[in-house]
Amino acid sequence: MELISPSDLAKDRVQTVQDYVLFCLQAVGNLFRKPLYLVDMVRQADTIGVGSLPIVVLTGFFTGAVLALQASNTLERFGSITLVGQLVSTSMVRELGPVLTSLMVAGRNSSGMASELGSMVVTEQIDAMRALGTDPMKKLVTPRVVATVFMLFFLAIISDLVGLVGGLAIAKLLLRLDARQYWSNAWETLVFQDVFMGLIKPVIFGFIIATIGCFYGMNARGGTQGVGRATTQAMVAASVLILAMDLFVTRFLMATLSYR
Amino acid sequence: MSGPTLPLDSAATATKDNSAPVIVFEDVALAFDDNEVLRGVSFHLPRGETKAVFGVAGSGKSLILKLALGLIRPDSGHIIVLGEDVTQMREEQLYELRGKIGMVFQESALFDSLTVRENVAYRLMEEHGIYDENVDRKVREVLRFVELEHTLELNPSELSGGMRRRVAIARALITKPELLLYDSPTGGLDPVTSNTIIELIVKQRDVYNTSALMVTHRLQDAFTMATHEFDREANRMVLLQRGQHCNVPLSFLILRDGKVIFDGDLQELAHSEDEYIKEYIS
Repeated sequence: MELISPSDLAKDRVQTVQDYVLFCLQAVGNLFRKPLYLVDMVRQADTIGVGSLPIVVLTGFFTGAVLALQASNTLERFGSITLVGQLVSTSMVRELGPVLTSLMVAGRNSSGMASELGSMVVTEQIDAMRALGTDPMKKLVTPRVVATVFMLFFLAIISDLVGLVGGLAIAKLLLRLDARQYWSNAWETLVFQDVFMGLIKPVIFGFIIATIGCFYGMNARGGTQGVGRATTQAMVAASVLILAMDLFVTRFLMATLSYR
Repeated sequence: MSGPTLPLDSAATATKDNSAPVIVFEDVALAFDDNEVLRGVSFHLPRGETKAVFGVAGSGKSLILKLALGLIRPDSGHIIVLGEDVTQMREEQLYELRGKIGMVFQESALFDSLTVRENVAYRLMEEHGIYDENVDRKVREVLRFVELEHTLELNPSELSGGMRRRVAIARALITKPELLLYDSPTGGLDPVTSNTIIELIVKQRDVYNTSALMVTHRLQDAFTMATHEFDREANRMVLLQRGQHCNVPLSFLILRDGKVIFDGDLQELAHSEDEYIKEYIS
């Protein structure tokens, strides 16, 4: 294996970050230039949004359920088991709903975009598209970014709701709590800041998922091996970036929204 | 032997002038890291002529087509295509120019998620936005030209290599481009299928007088093109009589070590004294 000097490695990383930033700017800038490829956006929204619905529902349900189960153990010691709904609701809406949904969608779609676009690059389909007078950034990247941001917003809401239902199932069936009490607890504890945080995160994460997937796909080199590498890198990079951004976004929103 | 150089200014200003060359390469150089692939390549392609580009693998033949199309940019030199200096144009400006050029890629590069109909109609769909009767008529017409009208609803994966190449030619021809670029159109095909492809290229050359730059490994393909013409009445390629070869609008360009070592017609090629060329064509 060829050894790379630390300075070359650092330069390479900085260059990649610079390319990624330019790539994102171009993807967003295309929204203000014709043509917009609305049909492609709808098609991608169907693939990304509707296609991801089963995994998002399953993830949300079981996360809410296990959260209620774990919380009940601790809350019972303090005689506050009735607060299960409150804990499930704030955890799901603020954090687990957006983050787990984004990780699931990243696993499914970021890698999917990287492999699809990567295959198009290595089989010269991207060059063919440019030769036929179409900007691949406009035709392939921007619709995926718009569709992912739009659909992840709604997927996160669905995940929150299904998570609450999962928590309710445990509360009702195992903990023998009253369903009405669970719901009112879950509902009343939520404040504007919780909901705002829960809705802004999927928008940011959706942008990360699509741009990372497309960036690695469009820069895939070296045949099928390169496509495989791009697919793995896209999924890993998107997942790590989502978790890292989650910390910064949470800190930022807590500071700016004068959180309690 | 290298072709006569043409002043860049006259090539750039004479866009619609029929006497102006459709492609001019002027001292074009390109390197990838330390590997100099093209070193001062200069040639021009007159309107209506087909130029066959030869060279060993890795000599930069395919790069010449990508440079002409503006898909990659040279490190130095100028490239004038249809009167426009592609080395000075932004990507957005290049999309308009590319609308006048048809390109057939080495491995066809058909969009594998689209049917043959959608692949061939792609450029028209991008222009008009909808698949109407007019688009359908043009798609069928061009697929009839390559004798593949029956494959309309098939996916590229269901076609043979030769059929894919013919669909790629149909996709390149649908807007009746002023210039065609062929990247190894017969590469990896059997002799019979190769002959079919060459016949299509000759048909396009003789029936529509389209200028073309064709990269190929196969000398026999270029010799076939130099010694045949398309007979419209018989609807097939026919062998020319011995004295008529000089009338065929075909020239040869040979690359070696990143430089043009020959640019001329069949007669000049046959009488070249260069040892490398003699060995190459033997």
